[in-house]
Amino acid sequence: MTGTTATAVDRPADEATAPPVIEMRGAGLTYPGPPAVAALKPCELTVRKGEFVTIVGPSGSGKSTFLNIAGLLDSPTEGQYLLDGIDTGSLSDADRSALRGRRIGFVFQAFHLLPHRTAVENVTLSMVYGGAHRKDRIAAARDALVRVGLGHRLEAIPTTLSGGERQRVAIARALAARPSLLLCDEPTGNLDTATAATVMELLEDLHRDGMTVLIITHDPAVARRGARTLAIRDGVLTEGRAA
Amino acid sequence: MRIRRRTDGIEPSRFHWRDLVSESTAGLLQRPARAALTALGTVLGVGSFVAVLGLTATAASQIDARFSDLSATEVTVQDISGEHTEFEDLAFPGDADQRVERLNGVAHGGVLWTVQLGEGQEVRSAPVAGAGAASQIQVVAASSGALLAAGPSVREGRVYDRWHDTTRQRVAVIGVGMAARLGITTLETQPALFIGDEAFSVIGILDDTERKADLLLSVIVPRSTAQEIWGPPKDGAEMLVSTRVGAAQQVAGEVPVAVRPDHPEYLRAVPPPDPRTLRSGVSGDLGQLFLVLAAVCLFIGSVGIANTTLVAVMERTGEIGLRRALGARGRHVLAQFLTESGVLGALGGLIGTSLGVTVVVGVAMAREWTPVIQPTTVVAAPVIGLVTGLLAGLYPAWRASRIQPVEALRR
Ligand SMILES: Nc1ncnc2c1ncn2[C@@H]1O[C@H](COP(=O)(O)OP(=O)(O)OP(=O)(O)O)[C@@H](O)[C@H]1O
Ligand SMILES: [Mg+2]
Repeated sequence: MTGTTATAVDRPADEATAPPVIEMRGAGLTYPGPPAVAALKPCELTVRKGEFVTIVGPSGSGKSTFLNIAGLLDSPTEGQYLLDGIDTGSLSDADRSALRGRRIGFVFQAFHLLPHRTAVENVTLSMVYGGAHRKDRIAAARDALVRVGLGHRLEAIPTTLSGGERQRVAIARALAARPSLLLCDEPTGNLDTATAATVMELLEDLHRDGMTVLIITHDPAVARRGARTLAIRDGVLTEGRAA
Repeated sequence: MRIRRRTDGIEPSRFHWRDLVSESTAGLLQRPARAALTALGTVLGVGSFVAVLGLTATAASQIDARFSDLSATEVTVQDISGEHTEFEDLAFPGDADQRVERLNGVAHGGVLWTVQLGEGQEVRSAPVAGAGAASQIQVVAASSGALLAAGPSVREGRVYDRWHDTTRQRVAVIGVGMAARLGITTLETQPALFIGDEAFSVIGILDDTERKADLLLSVIVPRSTAQEIWGPPKDGAEMLVSTRVGAAQQVAGEVPVAVRPDHPEYLRAVPPPDPRTLRSGVSGDLGQLFLVLAAVCLFIGSVGIANTTLVAVMERTGEIGLRRALGARGRHVLAQFLTESGVLGALGGLIGTSLGVTVVVGVAMAREWTPVIQPTTVVAAPVIGLVTGLLAGLYPAWRASRIQPVEALRR
């Protein structure tokens, strides 16, 4: 039961032939400044459905910039970015918002939970803009919370939860809308080592169920858990742990 | 192929109005005390708006009620011949009653004046000087028509008629209070009273009059009798005319010509004031001042809402970024904050309306008036609150919708 909410997607038999989720075709981003900052140099990258990718790099290297582009929170200033085969460059703001809401789940270092709303309400929020019925949303939110092991804290207010529990609520929120891509920006950055490990296990679980997961970190221990690791340094993205 | 997928593949974001309302109220309830304080300006503004309009309507209906009863059927005609000639003692001819009663719409009409008694002449209940004297009782000369126009209700006996008037009978009619003062308890003993040396038989005691309430404090004698004894009036006479409902204005225009076709300018008819001018007079002075104050309150209230909403937008930048990341469009964020300020304004308007109505009812009860509030006022007031809130939220909500998700999430 618990696995079904994570994703309905079957894990492709051969990852090399699975459809691409993220396609960067010379995508790069330069903040105009002054001084102009080339936060992400033009890069080529394909992440296929069901992959588990970690991205490492020192502070200020451009990790968040990359994730913002991948998550449609920001647009590349050059090159093309395709999400699920859709060229995002020519999309209207409305379409970009819709894609964000329906295809991407975000997990942030700072959790970004609404402090006065219960865990269930926080998780439901990811489905408010999707047009699902209220009852279905609440059912999906409960399932997602059970999936992350918080079935006993459904009505808890975030301020009464521990850091690890808060991040699990945030992961449940990202899951509940059934995205095709889970983007995590330093999901364990605010957590101690033990708690970080449980959160990482949860993310690996989701990956085993077929979810495409992309995790940004500057913790090498976390990075090692990825089936595929990318490094980024001074805005240059490279395959493998070349840092 | 890719174009097709793009147009088919993306289902747009939605924000059902029910979610809009629940998200907005949840946003407000995060800080209930602040929300209440913010709404206070609107409460005061809308409250005073309702109170002013309600009190004005209540007072106006009060005036209306008084006028529609009696005053609207009363015309008084003044003798202003003194302004035109020195040779006219009394501008009203002897047959003034008949002349005015011939007019269409007139119920009764006649001449009356206050008699100036000479030195030592006073009203007494006994012929002997000094015995039973009641000083400072005024004597009014009134034609039989004037007496009827005053609308007397007779307790005992009768009022005198035209025969008494034209044949100069020594008869008098007095009010019940006056009768008690003069020691007259019943007419069965055929009591008399004395004015100076003249004896008058009292033929009627009045309980009340509809008009000219001061007649109850006077001894009323027929006009011709008074003229024979004391001569023409020294302070001028007037005519009292009672009309049918709605005829007063027209009668007032006709009376001078009907009574004095030769010199209509000797007479000035005073119709009852038009109730409509009186009502606008009430809403004209103090009411307008209060409406201005209400508008100022509303303005301050809207500035308060604008300020609080702007602060809330700043505080909740992270939430806005999160909502955008979860699929909200800029306009969804705009709608949410606009709804929050609108709800705040509408709530303030509703509370203000109830307070205003309470004030109107309270004041009306204290004055024993009937509280009157136009339904449009009660309906419009919460709407005014809503509009105030929406206008106040316009700028902050626009700012919120312009917040870029990356910047909001970076913090
Ligand atoms: N709005 C901006 N304008 C100009 N420069 C920016 C802006 N945002 C980020 N940068 C710069 O771009 C570079 C990459 O920033 P980014 O946030 O991607 O780093 P990061 O790898 O996520 O670092 P961290 O590990 O500290 O989060 C940095 O040098 C940063 O100063
Ligand atoms: Mg970062």
